[in-house]
Amino acid sequence: MNHENWSKLARIMSKRSLWMIHFCTGCGAMEMPPVMTSRYDMERFGMHAMATPRQADVFLVTGYLAVKTLKRVVQVYEQMRDPKYVIGFGSCTINGGMYWDSYNTIKDLSKYIPVDVYIAGCMPRPEAIMDSFLKLFDMIDKGEAIGWQKYHKYYDQYKRNQRMAFSYRLDEVKDIKEDDKE
Amino acid sequence: MVNYIDLTIQILVAIGVTALGFAIGMLFNGIARKITARIQNRVGPPIYQGYIDVLKLFTKKTNISHGWIFDLAALFSVAGIALAFLFLPVAGVSLLSGEGDLFLILYLLAIPALGFALGAGASGNPNAAVGIMRALMTMLAYELPLVMVIIAMMVYYDTTSLAVIVQKQANMHWAIFIPVFFIGALVADMALQGMLMEKPFDIPIAPHEIATGPMVEFGGKHLGALMLYKMMGIVVETTLFVDLFLGGGVILSVSQFGWLAYVVNFIVWFLLILFVFFIALLINAVFPRFRIEQALKFYWKYDALVGLLILIWIFVGVTP
Repeated sequence: MNHENWSKLARIMSKRSLWMIHFCTGCGAMEMPPVMTSRYDMERFGMHAMATPRQADVFLVTGYLAVKTLKRVVQVYEQMRDPKYVIGFGSCTINGGMYWDSYNTIKDLSKYIPVDVYIAGCMPRPEAIMDSFLKLFDMIDKGEAIGWQKYHKYYDQYKRNQRMAFSYRLDEVKDIKEDDKE
Repeated sequence: MVNYIDLTIQILVAIGVTALGFAIGMLFNGIARKITARIQNRVGPPIYQGYIDVLKLFTKKTNISHGWIFDLAALFSVAGIALAFLFLPVAGVSLLSGEGDLFLILYLLAIPALGFALGAGASGNPNAAVGIMRALMTMLAYELPLVMVIIAMMVYYDTTSLAVIVQKQANMHWAIFIPVFFIGALVADMALQGMLMEKPFDIPIAPHEIATGPMVEFGGKHLGALMLYKMMGIVVETTLFVDLFLGGGVILSVSQFGWLAYVVNFIVWFLLILFVFFIALLINAVFPRFRIEQALKFYWKYDALVGLLILIWIFVGVTP
């Protein structure tokens, strides 16, 4: 079997059994239970909520991200194994939403980690979450969900953006200066 | 001189039977998720979901490793459980067996758990340490009543060979129809619940407390191997129960019916392990989780006490 067929098979398998880790930062935790339980039942697509980032394929980031939370998000994302996909959930991950002028939240998640699918709305309904899953299936099938490859390719740029965001704290500023000397 | 053709055929049959065991285990994973979903009024995943999950895990890339013990531990578990499966009589046919293989099987059932523990220890995650301590504690708890019932059966049937126990239960003389061993089967079924790590004894994995415990650092190919071990574990443990109490699924004798007997016995064996697993699933679906000391108390105070009474009854009451 040549490499192209093999990666196509891998994509089909990946599509049918996406394991999810959800990072609920205040918002969105209320919309997940109907999606997982008998009302919308995401397990019929083979999706399952996992307990640790090592086992997960999909990373669902819900709601606004404070700078402090972003560190944890980046850490969780880097712990996941390739191929991995990110869903940005809610307006806050797109442009800051109602926190657009806040001093300590980030405005655009895709500057820090690559996002494959966004769900707009504040808050998005569970139907929208199911719709985003179907959209993600479609993208994986066509080989368009390549966020994890982008993270490898533009690693230094993502890292630079992350450090810029973290530099609100004084100890992180020191780190950046040391990096610049090198 | 060694007969190489016979040897080759034996090896091929062993590989085929092991592959079949894994295939049935993966099917059982899908069936379990479907049944649980239907109990919870959901649609649930397709029945072949187990195959997709394992294949997906083996196509994932390995970004992280924690050393070669971590890499090999999952293989250790898979190999141990496959060996245990080859020693068990499946539908009356056991590929590797000899005198006293019941002791060996009890020992072999502990080996995969040790592999599990090695991998968890190598990962160095505190959740894994808590999980593996709970897993070994649960093992300690359920082995006592199980071994008591098994020793009672060894005394009753006057053998230490599982194949002989299966033979003596032929023509529907199942052990479960003997009143003492009916109670024994209930005791062993509770131990089976702990072996299968189903609720209320899923203390080692507890995803909401300790983030799947020993498996917390496993992902990708490592997790795929561990899932294979867990799925094969379902088949091995239910087969042990069926061999002990339900005659191993042997309905027709091979000498009388030839190859037809193999087919029928195999189907009956499959239905019986499915039935035993189904009961475990029903208990799993309606119970919450015990704490570790509650599980230990349940097994040693109630389960082991009944097991001890059965043992005493067999020693005193039976006339061989």
